Amino acid sequence: MSADLVNIAYLIAASLFIMGMKGLSHPRTAVRGNLMGALAMFIAIVVTLINQKIIGYEAIIAGIILGGAIGAIWALKVPMTGIPQFVGLCNGFGGGASVLVAGAALVEATILTSISAISIQFSIATVASGLIGSVTFWGSLIAFGKLQGIVSEKAVRFPGDHVLKALLLLACIVIGVMIVNDPGATHYYWIMIAIASLLGILLVVPIGGADMPVVVALLNSYSGTAAAATGFVLSNNVLIIAGSLVGASGFILTSIMCKAMNRSLANVMFAGVGGDAPGGEPMAGNEIYEGKVKTTTAEEVAMLLDSARRVVFVPGYGMAVAQAQHAVRDLTNLLESDGIEVEFAIHPVAGRMPGHMNVLLAEADISYDKLKEMDESNASFEQTDITIVIGANDVVNPLARDAAGTPLSGMPILDVDKSKTVVVIKRGLSPGFAGIPNPLFAADNCLMLFADGKQAIQDLTTAVKEA
Amino acid sequence: MSEFVLVLTIFVLALFVGFEVITKVPPILHTPLMSGSNAISGITIIGAILSAGAQASTLTTILGFSAVVFATINVVGGFLVTHRMLDMFKRKR
Repeated sequence: MSADLVNIAYLIAASLFIMGMKGLSHPRTAVRGNLMGALAMFIAIVVTLINQKIIGYEAIIAGIILGGAIGAIWALKVPMTGIPQFVGLCNGFGGGASVLVAGAALVEATILTSISAISIQFSIATVASGLIGSVTFWGSLIAFGKLQGIVSEKAVRFPGDHVLKALLLLACIVIGVMIVNDPGATHYYWIMIAIASLLGILLVVPIGGADMPVVVALLNSYSGTAAAATGFVLSNNVLIIAGSLVGASGFILTSIMCKAMNRSLANVMFAGVGGDAPGGEPMAGNEIYEGKVKTTTAEEVAMLLDSARRVVFVPGYGMAVAQAQHAVRDLTNLLESDGIEVEFAIHPVAGRMPGHMNVLLAEADISYDKLKEMDESNASFEQTDITIVIGANDVVNPLARDAAGTPLSGMPILDVDKSKTVVVIKRGLSPGFAGIPNPLFAADNCLMLFADGKQAIQDLTTAVKEA
Repeated sequence: MSEFVLVLTIFVLALFVGFEVITKVPPILHTPLMSGSNAISGITIIGAILSAGAQASTLTTILGFSAVVFATINVVGGFLVTHRMLDMFKRKR
């Protein structure tokens, strides 16, 4: 097959990738979009396999079988609550693959061609690919560890850590320049990889567990950028196009997440939010809550629901931890059969990665047209009779909207306090990730239902049936 | 036009396309978007296949083989898990 034909096949693959991503703009077309992406990948792989450069297929076939088996088993077994870890680790593998491919290409070039024939584009791209790839790989492993609970969820800081990171980056750049000047000295590449690996670890360790959605999105972007850099190493268009699509995607998601928390990316990456030492005096919850918190029972809420016309659920990750999604679905069906309008208000940072809450609810068979974004929900809380908050805390804290100088101030929230009655299902009055009390719990129109999330919803369902 | 300028042109244009396409993805599909784009970043498998098959030296073959394993996990796992998720959004009463 001539080089032109191969490149045309790559062009078809690149177009299919773009059309596939476009398919993700609506749930109806999304499945087809994903299949288009898979078809594009298949075309790209098949065309590559007939490349004349390939002498033996043993290593390729063995690698595809091994990787395919691991990938397939893992993808079929992973629970929906574990998707953030899955994506986190996969980002890392993408970055790792880029490091290895760029390294192999460098070693190959020094064997097969004269060193003077190695272009600047090739050597700079190799350095970029190795640097971004190893930061992605190790950063992702740490992010995976934090999400999985293997590495401390706390923001681990130590004196001079920022200086150390800056020095490591500087060292990588200096060694990178040495590689560009003398590509024949391939051992420099592996030294740079080692230093960049340490940098990747140190970049993610000081970031608290609550900020992992941002980190996973950012590493997603890096894995794409690393693939694009590898495309520059190999002068391969489909790698560049696919890589930059992923890079753009991850970047957009990162900025959406930052905006949803009213934080800058630099603040998420370097401020160490969620560490041991909070910035100021921890706000006392007692005076806010004292004598004002009203508790309720499932029976009482069932009576309220009996006369309600519109009910909104506000789910947080706590709902998924309590495995209450299916119970919520049953209650939703029951309320709808009584003619009550039911919706779900989804905060952008609900769950542990962008869009995670939607997946968890979709898994429980809750139709996606009931899942409303923050702006749409906020416009309708005033017409809502009962809002049921389950497993969410910081994203409904009015201090974020009304007070200055708290860790949450300025973060857009769901204005649940504007609905007629708010029922908060929670085990106790403990604060959320931000570590500050929530005046919502003491509000006049708020009732606390202290219980395990799943148990509470099941009790509610029973009580509504009996009412 | 040198080869570098050509690939750079493609890179920059692809970034614009990426921003255009992805800003249209609604928040409810952001998780499948991430896992799907993850699978797409496994496109490095092309370079991995070439390194593993060219057999320039034992070292490059080992590097290539490891890269094929990593990239295939990414591709197969990414597309499969995305399909699983999107299937949940499809079924509607």
